[in-house]
Amino acid sequence: MNVPLYEKIWMWAAGAIIIAFIAMVLVTGVGGALQPPSHVETIDPTQVFKDPRFAHPAVTLDTNGATVVAFGMMFGFTPAVIRVPAGKPVTFRMTSTDVTHGFLIVGTNANTMLVPGYVSQFTTVFRQPGEYLIVCNEYCGLGHHLMSAKLIVEQAAP
Amino acid sequence: MSERAVPSTRLALAHLWVAILAFGVAAAMALMQALSRAALDLPWRSARMYYLSVTAHGTLMALVFTTFFIMALGYVVAERTLGRPVPHRALAWTGYWVALGGTLATVASILSGKATVLYTFYPPLKAHPAFYIGATLLVVGSWIWGFVVIRSYVVWKRGAPGQPAPLALHGMLATVIVWFIATIGVAAEMLFLLIPWSLGLTKTVDPELARMLFWYFGHPLVYFWLLPAYVVWYTVLPKVAGGKLFSDPLARLVFILFIVLSTPVGFHHQFMDPGIPASWKLFHAILTFGILFPSFVTAFTVTASLEVAGRMKGATGLLDWLKRLPWGDPLVASVLLSMLLFAVGGFGGAINAAYGMNAVVHNTAWIQGHFHLTVGSATALTFMGTAYWLLPRLTGRELELGLLAKVQPYLWFIGMVLFSISNHITGLMGMPRRIFDASYGGSAVAHAWRGLTGVSAVGGLFLFASSAFFLLVMLGTGLAGKRIAPQPIEWAEPLEPLSPRAGLLDRYGLWTAVAVLLVLVAYAYPLWAHLHMQTYGSPGYSPF
Repeated sequence: MNVPLYEKIWMWAAGAIIIAFIAMVLVTGVGGALQPPSHVETIDPTQVFKDPRFAHPAVTLDTNGATVVAFGMMFGFTPAVIRVPAGKPVTFRMTSTDVTHGFLIVGTNANTMLVPGYVSQFTTVFRQPGEYLIVCNEYCGLGHHLMSAKLIVEQAAP
Repeated sequence: MSERAVPSTRLALAHLWVAILAFGVAAAMALMQALSRAALDLPWRSARMYYLSVTAHGTLMALVFTTFFIMALGYVVAERTLGRPVPHRALAWTGYWVALGGTLATVASILSGKATVLYTFYPPLKAHPAFYIGATLLVVGSWIWGFVVIRSYVVWKRGAPGQPAPLALHGMLATVIVWFIATIGVAAEMLFLLIPWSLGLTKTVDPELARMLFWYFGHPLVYFWLLPAYVVWYTVLPKVAGGKLFSDPLARLVFILFIVLSTPVGFHHQFMDPGIPASWKLFHAILTFGILFPSFVTAFTVTASLEVAGRMKGATGLLDWLKRLPWGDPLVASVLLSMLLFAVGGFGGAINAAYGMNAVVHNTAWIQGHFHLTVGSATALTFMGTAYWLLPRLTGRELELGLLAKVQPYLWFIGMVLFSISNHITGLMGMPRRIFDASYGGSAVAHAWRGLTGVSAVGGLFLFASSAFFLLVMLGTGLAGKRIAPQPIEWAEPLEPLSPRAGLLDRYGLWTAVAVLLVLVAYAYPLWAHLHMQTYGSPGYSPF
C-alpha cells in the first residue's frame, strides 16, 4: 500500500498517542491501584434482609478504618446517613434488594452499580471531612431522581 | 439512472421515510426532556411522562431512526455502486415489513406506558412482552436487509471475478458484518432471557448476564451507527465538495479494522459493575484504545480529501482551501460540522474508556453529553445531510425550503455545543444522567448544577428548531417538491487510480474469521466462568 509521507507521520503519531493512553491506564491501574470496583460475590436478591451479610446494614469501625454495609432499594439507600472517618480506608459492601441501582458519592470517584444478585465492594479514602450527597445514578423507576442518601466524613479525634 | 431503471429505489425510500418520521417523534420527546431538566413548570411535566419520553426518545433515535436510515443507505449503495437492482426484492420487502411491524409494537408498548425501561432495558425492570418482541423483530428485519446487501455483492462478484467492491459498498459490507456479529448478543439476551421471562415462562432472570449480553451488542452498535456515516465522509463528501478521495486503500483498511475491533470491547461499559473480574475489564479497555486508530486515520484522509477539493478550486497557501469549500451546501455543512463535534466526542470517549477515570463520569450527565456528540452528531447530523443529498435523487424532486436546509446544520451545531458542554460539566460535578428532577431536596451541591441545566435546555431549543427545519424540508420535498430531471448519484473518485485486483483488504470472510476469533478470546472465558458461578435470578419489577 502506497501511503503518503504526511499520512505515515500522522499514523505513527496516532499509534504513539494510543500507546501513551494505554500506558497511562496501566500505570495508574496497576501502580496506583486506580481500579474500578470489580468484586465477584453473589447473593440471593430475594433474601437480602435474612442474609447474615446484610441483615444489619451499618458502619463498623475498627482500628484500620471502617466497613460500610448498605443496600439500595426503590427509592432509597439503607442506611440513609453514613458516617465514616476521614483519612482512613473505608470499605463499602453493598447490594440491591430489587432492581439495578447506582451508587455515586458526588464530588468523589466512589461510583458503583448495585446489581441485584451481586455484592459490590470497593475501598476508598475520604481526605476531606464534610457532608457529601449520595445519588442513585441508574434509572430504577419513577422515583429514581428522589433516591439519595448522605455521607458524613468526620475528622478523626486527635 | 431513472427511477424506472432502478426499481428498488422505492425500497430505499420506504425505509428513509420511516427513519424520518421516527426522528420527528423522537425530537419532540427530546424538547420535553430538555425543558423538564431545567425545572420549567409545564402542565404536562411529571416523572411518568419524563421517563416514558426518555424511553421513546432513546428507542426511536438510537434504534429506529438509525437502523431504518442505514437500511435505506445500504440499499442505495448496493444498487447504485453496482448499477443493478438488489436481488431477492420480495425478501427485502418482507424484511421491511417485519422491521416496521416490530417497531410499531415496541412504540405502542412504550407510548401506552407499559415499557418505561429506557432503551437499555436492563432487567429486572420488566416491560410488556411487545416491547421485547417488537425490538427483536426490528433486528430480524435488519438481518434480512444485511443478507440482501451481501447477496448483491456475491451475485455481482460472480460476473466480475477478482475485482474489489466499490469503496462505498466495501464500507456497507463492513457495516453489515459488524451488525451480524453484534446482534448475536442482543438476540441471545432477548430469546433466552427477556422474552420468555416477560411472557411468564421463566420466573427470574440474571441481571448481570443480561448486562453482559447487552453490552456485547451495545458497543459494536455504535460502529453500526458510525460506519455508514464514514461511508458518506469517504465516498460522498469529497465528490459533493468538488474533490477526490485522498486514499482508497487506507479507507478500505479503516473499515476492515472496524470489523476486527468493534466487538471485543463491551466491558468498558461495565467498569462499575460487580461480578466481572478487573483483569477482563482491563483487557477490554486496552482493546478499546485500539479502535481509536481507524478514526485517527479517517480524520486525516477525509481532511486531506477536503484539501484536495479546495485546491482543485484554486486555493493556495496553508488554509485558504478551507474557505473554498461549499459551506452553504447542506450535505457539506452537515458533515463538516458533525466531524468537528465528533473530534471532541472521540476524545471524550477515550476518557470513558480509561479504566480508572471512568469512575468519575460513569452514569453522570457527562455520558449524555458524550453520546450526543457521537451518535447525536457524527451519525445523526451526517444522516440529515445525507438525506438532503439523497431525497431529491431518489424522488426526482427538487429540495424544497433550501434556505432552511442551509441553516439547519449550523443550528444543530450551536445547539449541540451548548447542550453537550453543559452536560459534560454537570457530569463532572456529579449530576446523574436520566433524572426527572435535579434538586435532591435542596442539596447545595445539586443547586450548583442549576445554571448549566438551563444552558442545556437552551441547547435543546436550538436542536429542536434544527430538527423542525429538517422535517419541514423533508416533508416539503417529498410532498410538494418540484419535479426535476433525475440527478445522478455519484461517488468520489480516488486521487490515485484504484487497483483493479482485489487484495487482502477485500477478503471479508478472512476478516470476519479474525473478528470472531478475537470475540472468542475476549468473551468466551468470562461468559463460561459466569455461567458456572452460583448466581441467583431476580423476579421482575415494573415501577412505572
